[in-house]
Amino acid sequence: MSGGTSNFQSNSRVVNWIEHRLPIFSFLDSQLHQYPTPKNLNYFWNFGSLAGIVLVIMIVSGITLAMSYTPHTDLAFTSVERIMRDVNSGWLIRYIHMNGASIFFIVVYIHIFRGLYYGSYKAPREILWMIGIFILLAMMATAFMGYVLPWGQMSFWGATVITNLFSAIPLVGDWIVQLLWGGFVVGNPTLNRFFSLHYLLPFVIVGLVFLHLWALHMHHSNNPTGVEIKDEKQDTIPFHPYYTIKDMYGLGIMLIFFAFFIFFAPNYFGHPDNYIMADPLVTPPHIVPEWYFLPFYAILRAFTSDYWVYQIISLGGGLMSAKLAGVIAMFASILVLLLLPWLGEVPSALPLLLLGVRDRLRHPRMGRRPAAGRRAGHDRPVVDVLVLLPHHHRCAAGRHPGAAETASGQHCCIGYQCTPGGGVRL
Amino acid sequence: MSETATGGAEIDEQTRRDFLIWSTVAVGAVGTALAVWPFIDQMNPAADTLALASTEVDISQIEVGQSITVIWRGKPVFIRHRTPEEIQAAESVDLADLPDPQTDDARVQKPEWLIMVGVCTHLGCIPLGQKSGDPKGDFGGWFCPCHGSHYDTSGRIRKGPAPNNLPVPGYEFTSDSTVLIG
Amino acid sequence: MKMKKTLTAIALGFGILAGAGNAQAAGGGPKPPTIDWSFNGIFGTYDRAALQRGFQVFRNVCAACHSLDLIAFRNLEALGYNEDQVKAIASSYEVTDGPDDTGEMFPRPATPADHWPSPFPNEKAAAAANGGAAPPDLSLITKARGAGGDSALRVSLFHPGGFPLGADYVHALLTGYKENPPEGFELPAGKYYNEYFPGHAISMAPPLGEGIVEYEDGTAATPEQMSTDVTTFLAWAAEPELEHRKNLGIKVILFLLVLTAMLYALKRKIWSDVH
Repeated sequence: MSGGTSNFQSNSRVVNWIEHRLPIFSFLDSQLHQYPTPKNLNYFWNFGSLAGIVLVIMIVSGITLAMSYTPHTDLAFTSVERIMRDVNSGWLIRYIHMNGASIFFIVVYIHIFRGLYYGSYKAPREILWMIGIFILLAMMATAFMGYVLPWGQMSFWGATVITNLFSAIPLVGDWIVQLLWGGFVVGNPTLNRFFSLHYLLPFVIVGLVFLHLWALHMHHSNNPTGVEIKDEKQDTIPFHPYYTIKDMYGLGIMLIFFAFFIFFAPNYFGHPDNYIMADPLVTPPHIVPEWYFLPFYAILRAFTSDYWVYQIISLGGGLMSAKLAGVIAMFASILVLLLLPWLGEVPSALPLLLLGVRDRLRHPRMGRRPAAGRRAGHDRPVVDVLVLLPHHHRCAAGRHPGAAETASGQHCCIGYQCTPGGGVRL
Repeated sequence: MSETATGGAEIDEQTRRDFLIWSTVAVGAVGTALAVWPFIDQMNPAADTLALASTEVDISQIEVGQSITVIWRGKPVFIRHRTPEEIQAAESVDLADLPDPQTDDARVQKPEWLIMVGVCTHLGCIPLGQKSGDPKGDFGGWFCPCHGSHYDTSGRIRKGPAPNNLPVPGYEFTSDSTVLIG
Repeated sequence: MKMKKTLTAIALGFGILAGAGNAQAAGGGPKPPTIDWSFNGIFGTYDRAALQRGFQVFRNVCAACHSLDLIAFRNLEALGYNEDQVKAIASSYEVTDGPDDTGEMFPRPATPADHWPSPFPNEKAAAAANGGAAPPDLSLITKARGAGGDSALRVSLFHPGGFPLGADYVHALLTGYKENPPEGFELPAGKYYNEYFPGHAISMAPPLGEGIVEYEDGTAATPEQMSTDVTTFLAWAAEPELEHRKNLGIKVILFLLVLTAMLYALKRKIWSDVH
């Protein structure tokens, strides 16, 4: 591993005894102390360490919550409320974990934005970038399953809608969905396995983070000029104390931000419907994922049978349903990031990049809009969908073939079967 | 001896920097400790568990010579309304005969009410003797069927592998007809 | 200056965040009027007198049909009652215990450790007794119909009118009944017209008639007063930790401000030889 030069020496016999058997001290010295870092890094470079710290906070708060949580459909919701009301400081730990998820995504999205803007994905950091995308995917899976655990209305119905997507896969779709569910609907087997996997995946993320840091340390950090460091002596400084203190200061700022939400707006990022116990017979009027999924949800829902992009795709024989097209587009929008180090060679990339960023900022609103009425959405050029970043944000409109109309005149959202009773809620 | 002006300023600078480092570390350490505490405290018994820490029992219906078993903190508690003969037998035992010497006086607040945790001090079985058909052992009290410990009319171990007398929990007579255990 | 940049970044962060939040009220109805609840804002607290009056309304009016499963009698000490008063309140209600030695379930007076007993033995019984729709449990109603007791971020880029609090909705609903529905509105049989209920046709009859409760503290029991009081009580039932949370929040943020300032000073000092 390429780090700083460690002339680590110690007068302590204990330290030398350990060092001779496991060179932990010289390792820490070279990787965290002497480690040469560009001296011109701005505050956007804080977000990597912030993400790592939030990961630790999430693991600690999550393991603590698991001491009191019961992953059974009959008991999950009340076990969470018991945490909130009876467990000492339970409300605090729950709100830390709940808001920590949102903070995690904010920090990671800014971290990714830094990588995009400053070209940190370019050679020789392609693998570093790709591992980062895998960390993002693992985070999204973890967050999705975690949101199901409180077993509120949004937990249940979000799980139903998203797992139903896999039925769009030709031939084996329905079998896969049944495999995921462990039954014929989202139920107790589903909840139990989501709890198990939600507990597991963060440790997979820890492993990926280790690889991520290892790859980073090979060629060291990029810097705001985008030009590689030539003279190590002149242009770099040791990580400690310069960046350790800068990271701690950044941590202080983030914690203030985090604390504000925990203590004064703990349900800001959430949806009130999740404080209603899951009811498989009552569909909420608007099924909405957590905010960090909204851009992708918008892409998913945009592919209706009357969407012109889909109509062009399906000219080839109609093998692909609109639902499948939506699913593919949604995953493609993240996976295309893996190609970025090579796509980024295109000179015109930057304007498209910025378009994508602007669209991403618009996505939250579009992703949240209910599927009712025709929206005067913008149509983006086809190249937007196929190249680089997800630009697509046309909201779903009108009827979808196969959708039923509920008693109160609502249209069911795309992607799942309407229940007979429909979206009637007290 | 004279110090140059710059030498003095440098030393000041160093002291100021050190002070800033140490005071920041101290504040940070205090903050960390305060932040860690809730995660440890949440393992302490929760409010709903503590609510069941005390049990109030109505003893007005227990006849002389009758016993009831109530649950307190998840464990069985024997409440016996002792007969005068049982009280007499308990008070007249020679302490030298007891593996765990304790006077009957030290084990009861009112002699006619014996209240103790019904878990054998050997390996945790529940001794027999509460119901009228139960074996009461050689000393007229309770008998543990698991390994043969015999307890007397004061719940003290007399014979068998158990090392200690049946434990007496904290309790209080909140009125003539109710006792608050725990 | 770096400081300015950081502050701008924080402000921008909050700005973007304001747009990202999506705490919506139950979709459909008009926006309920904004009430300045005592528990709103950074320094919010519950008005004990209002809590006790609201509890009186709840137990005498609402508890006939609505359960409050998550509240235990011992929680009522937070309303200002002492241990003996709580015991007395508890023992005036019955809970089912058992099975006894013959295998039968039996009723007994409640103790402080027991939770509020439901008026119906199960969900289906509740629905059957109420025209097919079970009255919802009220333990979390103010969090389930809007934002909780935090008005700190009522503003949002995408919700120019602000996010209604669940408490605003509940209060609006209780006082939002109209004798005569507007022209052209078809009210199904057995339902009542309510301004704020999504769809406007609610199964619950107007619950807070004038004088339906006589307050122990002598306050006039107007429908408006009762609605405010019971909503305050329900807000407490949903968030009993609110006062402690906000209090601790002030201390935590002040501490963090001090610590962050020290870290910044130290950072500047350490970096002085680089810049």
